[in-house]
Amino acid sequence: MRLLEKSVQMADLVSIENVDMRYGGAAGTLAVSSLSLKVGKGEFAAVVGPSGCGKSTLMKLVTGLQVPQGGTVIVAGKQVTQPISIVGMAFQNPTMLPWRTTLDNILLPLEIVERHRRRLRAHRKEYVEKAERLLEIVGLKGVGSKYPWQLSGGMQQRANLCRALIHEPELLMLDEPFGALDAFTREELWCVIRDLHAAQGVTIILVTHDLREAVFLADRIFVMSARPGRILNEHRVPFERPRDLEIMYQKSFNDMVHELHGEIAKARVAA
Amino acid sequence: MSAVTENTAAKPQKTPARINWVWLSPFLYTLGLFVFWELVVIALDMPPTILPAPTRVFQAIVQYWSPIWKNSLQTLYTTTLGFIIAVVAGLALGLFIGWSKAIYAGLYPLMIGFNAIPKVAVVPILVIWFGIGTVPAVLTAFLISFFPIVVNVATGLATIEPETEDVLRALGARKMDIMLKVGIPRSMPYFFGSLKIAITLAFVGSVLSETVASNYGLGNMMSSAQSQFNVPLVFAGLLMLAVEGIAMYALMAWIEKRMTGWAHRSTMAN
Ligand SMILES: Nc1ncnc2c1ncn2[C@@H]1O[C@H](COP(=O)(O)OP(=O)(O)OP(=O)(O)O)[C@@H](O)[C@H]1O
Ligand SMILES: [Mg+2]
Repeated sequence: MRLLEKSVQMADLVSIENVDMRYGGAAGTLAVSSLSLKVGKGEFAAVVGPSGCGKSTLMKLVTGLQVPQGGTVIVAGKQVTQPISIVGMAFQNPTMLPWRTTLDNILLPLEIVERHRRRLRAHRKEYVEKAERLLEIVGLKGVGSKYPWQLSGGMQQRANLCRALIHEPELLMLDEPFGALDAFTREELWCVIRDLHAAQGVTIILVTHDLREAVFLADRIFVMSARPGRILNEHRVPFERPRDLEIMYQKSFNDMVHELHGEIAKARVAA
Repeated sequence: MSAVTENTAAKPQKTPARINWVWLSPFLYTLGLFVFWELVVIALDMPPTILPAPTRVFQAIVQYWSPIWKNSLQTLYTTTLGFIIAVVAGLALGLFIGWSKAIYAGLYPLMIGFNAIPKVAVVPILVIWFGIGTVPAVLTAFLISFFPIVVNVATGLATIEPETEDVLRALGARKMDIMLKVGIPRSMPYFFGSLKIAITLAFVGSVLSETVASNYGLGNMMSSAQSQFNVPLVFAGLLMLAVEGIAMYALMAWIEKRMTGWAHRSTMAN
């Protein structure tokens, strides 16, 4: 509850207003249209919606990888016109560089982000230890020296998560980060993300197809329409933190999942 | 090898199965080609001034070993020198061209046009500029072999997956960072792959120039042998060229494997 109150009082970290985004010129695909949403500092937001509705596009708009044709995207008080480095992003497909070991892949953001790259050479040992701690947290202890193509799909996704976290971003963008995982590993990583959010006060935006994941983790859930995507509805998740995996067996939890399911089913048909 | 012999000694009945045919087959096929060639010459009763038998060619190799060796070294020298210049220039130009879409679009047609010019037409120009001898041979080897290097490096850079680029851009990477962290490592398999093509082309260039405008090298040796109707020596020169070509190709293939192991072992499972 404390966290929720804080997020309400604090300024919005991410604020998207009336955004239109079209790929490939004037005749191209209109991916999102009149999209508006706000995410407070320290908040955990989830975005759900039909496939192809523009969820990944939303992520790219927030990180500045795409610039919208209409509307404004404001992150940390500044309008986004180019990629910003306060975010950590885990993309839908784990894009590990095959010529680097898993550990070197995870350290990659530190070689880019300005405030770390100057320290990296002198403090490499400290950073490597940090990367190894992250690997251990996601259950990949000791695979740092392996190449990404020697890992399974699920292991790559977990390493991908480590890479998104290594530079301690203020804003963490997760685009279906647990897609290729088995149910048990997935629940384990939900707890990792949950604890991380509680401990570090990081703001998280999570895109997911898994409604239980959204309800378990998020403070607020945004439901998107079919393409062109916009926000149809917004749910505040009432469950108190810290949440235990057990809450997934409560009736109120399942009712909420059920309700979201109904909304998305309707959004798909409407398209 | 010792393991194989021990094994065959212990189980003689399994000997045929232990022979590594894949490893042996290049030698067997080469031998087969020579035997076939020899038989054709005998069957058609070819005079050595038209098609000498392989035995006759080997005889020529032994007989003229001293000039063959000297000229082989000269050709190897001009080829390698031209090739090294091509590697340096090709890598630099490839990186430059691949740097931006605009440069790629602007220079690519020029490169194609340049490559389409028959190099035999360029040799006389080089002779006017540099005189006959080593310099035109090196330059022709360079001119003919650098094109595949440029194209491969540029292609490697131009085909970076947008997702991979996004990962870095999302962290605020500049163009230079993306080049260093992704572009260059990614284009390395293309680069090392092109070396195999480039080295064989370099031989074509150097021998071409030596034939037209030089007093040294296998190309020159073969053309003077030809004018004296010493056809076995011409074939001996060809054979030496083939040997040098195979050796350099193998060297490049080995370097490729050493430098870009990840690209070969990777299946990019996802
Ligand atoms: N680079 C691109 N060029 C052209 N069209 C694109 C591009 N990226 C996405 N699109 C289009 O924009 C729309 C939204 O895509 P987006 O990737 O945002 O969907 P999504 O909600 O993430 O889907 P999923 O849940 O399947 O991942 C799709 O119709 C897609 O075809
Ligand atoms: Mg997506």
